[in-house]
Formats: sequence, structure tokens, C-alpha cells
Amino acid sequence: MEAFLGHYNYWIVVALMMAGLCTVATSGNLVKKVIGLNLFQTSVFLFFISVGKMAGGTAPIVAEGWTRYSNPLPHVLILTAIVVGVATTALGLALIVRINRAYSTIEDEEIRRADLHRLP
Amino acid sequence: MEYLINTVLLALLAVTAGAIAYLRNLFAAVMLVGIYGLLTAAIFVILDAVDVAFTEAAVGAGISPILMLAALALTGREQTAPTSPSGAGIAIVLATGGALVWGTLDMPYFGDPLAPVHVHVAPRYLEGTLSEIGIPNAVTSVLASYRGYDTLGEVFVIFTAGIGAIVLLGNRRGD
Repeated sequence: MEAFLGHYNYWIVVALMMAGLCTVATSGNLVKKVIGLNLFQTSVFLFFISVGKMAGGTAPIVAEGWTRYSNPLPHVLILTAIVVGVATTALGLALIVRINRAYSTIEDEEIRRADLHRLP
Repeated sequence: MEYLINTVLLALLAVTAGAIAYLRNLFAAVMLVGIYGLLTAAIFVILDAVDVAFTEAAVGAGISPILMLAALALTGREQTAPTSPSGAGIAIVLATGGALVWGTLDMPYFGDPLAPVHVHVAPRYLEGTLSEIGIPNAVTSVLASYRGYDTLGEVFVIFTAGIGAIVLLGNRRGD
């Protein structure tokens, strides 16, 4: 039981990451692929924050009466990663809108077929 | 109690992720992305990462779904081609997942105070934050002072992404 609870967070992280990977790999729709990338990314955030948690600790804000704090470094890394993540999501979605303007579709099979037709 | 909430919220998160991967209606999937972001923010509060929870609630449950909805409004709501998971795709996902789970078996238990991540570097920042920076919140002092240049790099990334989006979408006369 202790071993299960000790690893439960990490296993959920793996499950989320695989859900994201499966969406990216098997879905033909480009917006769905971006959603899958988001799932994948958030699973990494959860992993870092889980590693930084200390049992019996509190948020890393120094205050009287507390001696145990969770690790602030993963929090800093993930704060940066969340903001960078939304920037890349926005750029990816902009690319998708541009692709839709050029091909009138966002399904990767149809885009490939349109490319084959354009070949001389 | 804290761990019970953590366990339940993580299970809910896994269910939401499965539904997002399964759904073909993109509008519904984006709505679930908002719920997913909110659940993640709640878990971050339980795991003592309050600053991260603020950002995740704003970005994961707010800005990301809005950006995706905007993209859907300009493209289309339904995924036309059926999602047909090929055998090879499923095999790769299962093999990768199995390898990752195997890798976690060596890790220190969740919350272990003697885990290597807690005994090195981090205590230095927690001890110095009041005397050196004068801010009780260690996350703020690392983000804005000890490693301020990382935050500067983050600003560059956002600036570059903004320029990229403007270049991609701005000029409609070129079509």
C-alpha cells in the first residue's frame, strides 16, 4: 500500500502523458494534436510539482512557526514553462489557422492529398 | 486528508484526459481542456505550489481554451476523419508508458523529506530569501532575483511567439 501511494502521482503522470502522446500520434485533426500536446505538457508540470512536495511541508513562503517547506525550485521552473507553453500553443494555433487558409482543411490526410495533387 | 484529496483529484484528471483523447467533437474537447486546467490548478494548491496554481488557473483554464476556441471559430468544430488508432500507434504508446512506469519504481516515495531534491540547493534559497532579497516568498525571489535572467529569456520567447503569430496571420492581402 505504501509503495502504491508513494508512486501513485508518478503513475497518473505517466497515464496523462500517454493520453497526450496517443492523441498527437493517432488523431488526424491539427487542433486535436495541439490539445494532445497540451495534455503531454501538463503531465510534465504535474511531475515536477509532485517531486517538489514534502510531506508535512507548506508553501515555500517563509513564516514563523514553520520549518518544513516544499521545494521552491520546481515551482519556479514550472511557472516559466507554463507561460512558454501558452506562447507555443498560440503560435501552433496561428500556424493551423494559416494552414486552413491555404488548404481549406485541418485534417492531415486531406492536406497530404492536396499536396499530391499539386505536384506536376 | 490532504493525500486523499490529492488522490481523488488526480483520478478525476486521468478520466478527463481520457475523455479529451476519446472525444471527436472538438468544441467539447476544448471545454474539457478548461476543466482539466482547473483540476490541475487545484492539485497544485494541494501540492503547496500556490504561485503555479495561480498561473495554471489563468493560463490552463482561461487563456488556452480561449485561444483554441478562437482557432476553432476560424477552422471547424468537427473532426471529420475518424480517429482510427493503428496497431503500431497503440503499441508505441503502451511500450513508452510501460518503460516510464518501470523508471518510476526507483524514485523516492512521494513527499519523502530525505529525497535528494529536498536536501540540495533548495534549502540555500529558503535560508537566504529573507536576508538577501527581503521577500518571504522563495518562489518570487528565485524567479525575479536569483535567476532573473531565466525570466528575461522567457520574455524573449513570448516576444518571438507574438512576432511569429503576427507574421503568420497579420497580412491578409497576400492570399
